[in-house]
Amino acid sequence: MTITTAPTSVAVKEQTTRASVRKNRFWSWVIFVVGALYFLVPLAATFYWSLRAEKDTLGFEAYRRLFADANFLPSFSESIVNAVAAILISLLLIVPTAYWVTLRLPKLRQVVEFITLLPFVIPAVVLALALIRLYSRPPLLLTATYDSSRILLVCVYAALSFPYMFRAVDNGLRAMDVRALTEAAQSLGAGWPTILLQVIFPNLRVALLSGALLTFAIVIGELTIALFMAQHTLGPYMANLTRSKVYEPSAMAIVAFAITWAAMGIIQLIGRGQQGQIAGGH
Amino acid sequence: MKPTTTNSQSVNSTVGGVWRPPRLYLGSLSWLGILPFFVFSALFLIGPTLLLAYRSLEGPQGGLTLDNYRLLVTDTVVNAYGMSIRISLTSAILGGLIGFLIAWAISMGGLPRPLRSITGTFSGVASNFAGVPLAAAYIFTLGRVGVVTALFEVFGVDLYRSGFSLYSFAGLTIVYMYFQIPLMVLVILPALDGLKREWREAAENLGASPGQYWRHVALPVLIPSIMGTMILLFGNAFGAHATAYALTGGLFNLATLLIGQQISGDVLHNPGLGYAVAMGMVMIMAFSILVYSILQRRSERWLR
Repeated sequence: MTITTAPTSVAVKEQTTRASVRKNRFWSWVIFVVGALYFLVPLAATFYWSLRAEKDTLGFEAYRRLFADANFLPSFSESIVNAVAAILISLLLIVPTAYWVTLRLPKLRQVVEFITLLPFVIPAVVLALALIRLYSRPPLLLTATYDSSRILLVCVYAALSFPYMFRAVDNGLRAMDVRALTEAAQSLGAGWPTILLQVIFPNLRVALLSGALLTFAIVIGELTIALFMAQHTLGPYMANLTRSKVYEPSAMAIVAFAITWAAMGIIQLIGRGQQGQIAGGH
Repeated sequence: MKPTTTNSQSVNSTVGGVWRPPRLYLGSLSWLGILPFFVFSALFLIGPTLLLAYRSLEGPQGGLTLDNYRLLVTDTVVNAYGMSIRISLTSAILGGLIGFLIAWAISMGGLPRPLRSITGTFSGVASNFAGVPLAAAYIFTLGRVGVVTALFEVFGVDLYRSGFSLYSFAGLTIVYMYFQIPLMVLVILPALDGLKREWREAAENLGASPGQYWRHVALPVLIPSIMGTMILLFGNAFGAHATAYALTGGLFNLATLLIGQQISGDVLHNPGLGYAVAMGMVMIMAFSILVYSILQRRSERWLR
């Protein structure tokens, strides 16, 4: 009895497993296809509209008009400069801080981590309100001129990048032996600037690049804070375009999608599937 | 570990070449290392928020009071918060469920492997594809002249006649799901990967059906993660301003948009109330992030 039942029950179980695998695969395909449709249809619809600017033919007229618009390239380049400046400030603040916390001040790690997460806790619009109230009167008058507001905006963008940057740098630091590297450099006579610039930075290249690209993707089209600081950057420009033009917004959405895709694609490529991103800036 | 610490300290004090006792020297230098970060955060994150908190507690004639918070029950505020919470809850729960199903399909549903990495990258893109471009994309899809709206018309269904609008609760929820679902996929995929093959094998060897395995083993392990991420999604939608602004021109009754209107011109006719509305948002966001991190830590116990 026992000899015969054991094999059959195994066979039966294998059969049911195989059947359930097949059933799983069927449902997986259903879920995947429906999901893909949900995500691709808006992109396809937008792309279709972007090709229709000329009557009766499909073409890239909407893109030509977008790039020919006198305000597009200036606001685009202004946003790029802002993003790069914010990334540099963020790097200069976060790398030494994360390094120092790892090496010397592990007790303060939680405090630092908490502060870097604040941009998730304070919605952008609330931060805009708070900043305008704090910086619109002496002694901290920063919103008086366009350029001083711009400096404020760049600093806020740097602060908004803290969650991504700190996470990326922290992961990077964990992947190497910070203490051994530091001691090796010190025993060779290196000072702190040399250690940071020539030992730690190069070892963090991948982490820094992904943090920077993620920041870029989030900051480049930022609307809320730029809007309330009356900045002529890409976000407010795009919002205005969406209200005032018919075909150009579709071309703009496709371009924006391509930029986001490029940033994320490079992160994926250099990080080989590392995931360090949480969305933000909606 | 101890010997290395002392070693690095002694090396440091000789390299620095200072006259002070090494311990004291290290102490002051350690603080200096992260001072710029603290000053910067104080200027652009903490300071402004504290000022807001203080102002929200200030009465019209000065002096501390909770009056502004009592006024939060005003119709405008309650409606705005209500709509924000409804949209955030719906998009978090639906987005969470759909995101979970997609993550399950690409991680253990037997789909070809390349689909997994494509979906992963796309999720990274889509979860960051928000704000004006996303709003524009949906105007061309489900707006009055959108492609899908036109498709429905071909089949004899007039979406806008039958009560649908992109600029409504349902419309905004659909739009928000475009960044909610991918965020769920990104956060929950590692959790699904953390389910150990041995658990399934052990369950099967003990005679459990796939349903029993999910009900009694996999889901109990995953629930903290799923719930936590849904709460994260809630906060993600609750604080969203740019997408809603671009879609509705800022004139929809939403908590973030109300604050925006308050910045441009005191629509509540009471600045203090505006600060209280803003602080209320901060508290809800803080609560959701806190619960998320607690639940996440809890699930990490199993999913390492």
